[in-house]
Amino acid sequence: MYKIVERKELNPTVTKIVVEAPYVARKAEPGQFVILRVDEDGERIPLTIAGFNREAGTVDIIFQIVGATTEKMNHLNVGDSLHDVVGPLGNPTETEGLKKVAIVGGGVGCAIALPVAKKLHDLGCEVHSVVGFRNKDIVILEDEFRACSDKLVLMTDDGSYGVKGLVTAGLEELIQAGNEYDEVIAIGPVIMMKFVCQTTAKYNIKTIISMNPIMIDGTGMCGGCRLTVGGETKFACVDGPDFDGHQVDFAEAMSRATMYKAFERKRHEETCNLFKKEVQ
Amino acid sequence: MPNMSLVKNKIPEQDPMVRNKNFKEVALGYTVEQAMDEAKRCLSCKNHPCVAGCPVNIKIPQFIAKVAEGYFEEAYQIIAQDSSLPAVCGRVCPQETQCEHLCVRGIKGEPVGIGRLERFVADYHNAHAKDEVKRPTPNGHKVAVVGAGPAGLTCAGDLAKMGYDVTIYEALHMAGGVLVYGIPEFRLPKAIVNKEVEGLKALGVKVETNVVIGRSISIDELMQDEGFEAVFIGSGAGLPSFMKIPGENLKGVFSANEFLTRTNLMKAYKDTADTPIFHGKRVAVVGGGNVAMDGARCALRLGADKVYIVYRRSEAELPARAEEVHHAKEEGVIFKLLNNPIEILGDENGFVKGMRCIKMQLGEPDASGRRRPVPIEGSEFELDVDTVIIAIGTSPNPLIRNTTKGLETNRHGCIVTNGEDGLTSREGVYAGGDAVTGAATVILAMGAGKSAAAAMDKYIQSK
Repeated sequence: MYKIVERKELNPTVTKIVVEAPYVARKAEPGQFVILRVDEDGERIPLTIAGFNREAGTVDIIFQIVGATTEKMNHLNVGDSLHDVVGPLGNPTETEGLKKVAIVGGGVGCAIALPVAKKLHDLGCEVHSVVGFRNKDIVILEDEFRACSDKLVLMTDDGSYGVKGLVTAGLEELIQAGNEYDEVIAIGPVIMMKFVCQTTAKYNIKTIISMNPIMIDGTGMCGGCRLTVGGETKFACVDGPDFDGHQVDFAEAMSRATMYKAFERKRHEETCNLFKKEVQ
Repeated sequence: MPNMSLVKNKIPEQDPMVRNKNFKEVALGYTVEQAMDEAKRCLSCKNHPCVAGCPVNIKIPQFIAKVAEGYFEEAYQIIAQDSSLPAVCGRVCPQETQCEHLCVRGIKGEPVGIGRLERFVADYHNAHAKDEVKRPTPNGHKVAVVGAGPAGLTCAGDLAKMGYDVTIYEALHMAGGVLVYGIPEFRLPKAIVNKEVEGLKALGVKVETNVVIGRSISIDELMQDEGFEAVFIGSGAGLPSFMKIPGENLKGVFSANEFLTRTNLMKAYKDTADTPIFHGKRVAVVGGGNVAMDGARCALRLGADKVYIVYRRSEAELPARAEEVHHAKEEGVIFKLLNNPIEILGDENGFVKGMRCIKMQLGEPDASGRRRPVPIEGSEFELDVDTVIIAIGTSPNPLIRNTTKGLETNRHGCIVTNGEDGLTSREGVYAGGDAVTGAATVILAMGAGKSAAAAMDKYIQSK
C-alpha cells in the first residue's frame, strides 16, 4: 500500500497528492509516469510524475477529476493509501544540450510540464514558459512556474487573468519577438499539443510533446497505448511518452482516446452517486 | 487386474452452450471413482516412457499407482517432489504431446489420462490437506527472482526449500504472470494460482509486486546494492506482435495481451471492475495458438454473437492444443482457416467495421517444415466484424536487456544461456522460461526455473 502523506486541492477539479513510493522516488526523472490503482477492483491508470523527493521516498501526483478512478482518488485523505503505484515508467524527457527552450503547458498538463521546466532551469537552460488555463479560477502552479522560468506568460481563454488568448498565440508572439528556441516542449490536451505543433512547424522549431493515451500495464505488454509516429506504430509506454510532435498522427491519437468514452462516463456517474450516498 | 478399456474416463465438463456464457471452469474434474478407475488403466510398465516426456520428469507411474490404491495424498507427495505447480500443470500442460504422447496404452486406444489424474490429485490435496508448512532452515544466502510467472515461481520455490532468502520482483500488481493475466479463469481458476503463491510465501518467499526491473531498480543494483548473490530472470515474453497491415490502430483492434489482460487480470467481465472492455458483437481473432483460442472463447463469454478464428494455414498446422480447438468449436467459435487478413476497415468514427482477408493455399514446406501458405490471387473478401484481436505471438520485453550491461541476447531479443543451467553471459545471473525461449509453455518455463534453481545453489555453495 502506498500512503498519502500530503493532499492539496489546487483548484476545484485538480488535486495534488504526495504519496510514499520509495522505488519510484529513487529513480524518477521529469517526463516519466506511474501507473496506479486506487482499490482492489480498480483500473490501472497512467499519471505523469509531477515531482519527487528521493530522501523522503515520495512522489507528487497532480490529477484532474475526469472519471471514476480520479473521483475515488479525490476522496482519499492524508493517511489513506493507494492500492498500487508502479514506476517510474517511460523515458525521461531529454534535456541534454538544450540552451533555450519554450515550455508550453495547458491546464493540468502544467503539472507535468513543471518538473521539466525546473530541471532545465537547474541545468542552466533559459526557460520561457507559456501556461494556459480556461479562466482565473483554475490557474495552478503560478508561483512554481515563475520560480523556474526566465520568462513566464500566463494566459486564460477568457482573459480573466493574465493575457487573454490561447497558448499558441503567446508562443507565436515570443517567437516573432526574435527568441530562437532549441526546442519547444508542449504538454497538455492533445488538441492543444496539435495546434502548438502546427505553430512551431511554420518556424521549423523542433517540438516535443508528452502523450498520455489509454494503457494498462505501462511496460510494453498490452499495446493499447500505440500511436503512429512518422508512419510507424510506437508504444507510448516504452517508446515515449515524449515524441517529436511534428511526426505524430494526432487525428488517430484523438480518436483512440475516445475508445471507452461511454463506459467511462457511466462509471463516473455511478461513482459520484456512490459518494453522494455515503456523504448523506 | 488393470483396466483394459481403450478409452480414457471422460472428464465431466460444463455444457458448451452454458459455459460459453460464463467464466466458470470448463472441466469439472474427476470424481474419486473416475480417478481410481482411470489410474487402473496404467500398466506400470517397466520403461515408463511417459516420464521422459515430462519436462520436469514427474514419477508418473508411481503417483498413478497410489491413485489406483486410493492414497491420494501420497500420490500428491510423489508429484510434489518434481513439480511445484501440479494444479496448474494438470490443467494447462499439453499432455497430448508430452507424457501421454509416449504412453504405451496410446499405441492401441487412448493413453492414460495422466493430466486429468495430476489435476485430480492436486485438487484433492488442496481441498483436504492441512498444510503445515515447515519453514526451511535459513542458509544465510540472498537470491532474487525477476518475474512471478511459472518460471520465477518454480525457481523461487525450489530455492526457498533449500533455505535461501528469496525475493520475487513482479512488475504487475499481482503475482502469477501469464497464469493470471493471460490464461482465462475458465481454463485456470485464479484461486488456484493464488494458493500456489500463498504456499511460496508460507515458505518464506517475499513477493514484491509493482517493481519493474530495469526501471524501478536494475539487475546490477540488485546484486551490488541489495546484496543478492544470484538473480534469476523469468520475465517472460510480453511484447505483442502486430501484423503491420493498414487499419491496425483502429478502435476495436486489440493485441491478445490487451484483450486478455483486461478480461483476466483486470476482471473486466465483472460488473464490479472499473476496467472497461469492448463488448464486440462480431469478433475476428487472428492466429491459431492457445492464446488465440483463449481470446476467442473470452469474446464469446463477453457476449459476442459471432467469433471467428482467422488462421493462414490449415487445421493440421494449428499450434493450439487439440483440446483447446475442440473446446472452442464446441462453444461455437467459427474457424476461418487458410485465410489471411490484409486490411482492417474502419467507419467514419474510427471503429472497426470489417476486415479484408485473402484466401490461402498451402505450398512447399518452409524453414519451419510446415507447408508455406500462399495467397490465392483475386480471392479477397470482406469479413463483417467490429472487433479484431491479434494473437500472432509475443517476444521478450527489451527493458532488462537494455538496462543490464553484458547480458547477451539473440536477434529475437531472447536472453542467451548456456542451456541446461540457465546461466547467462553475466556471472550469477540466470534466466529461463519465455524470456529465453520466446513464447512457449508453462511446463517448459517451470522446468527451466527448476534447473536454474539447482545451478544457482551449486554456484553459491561453491563460491
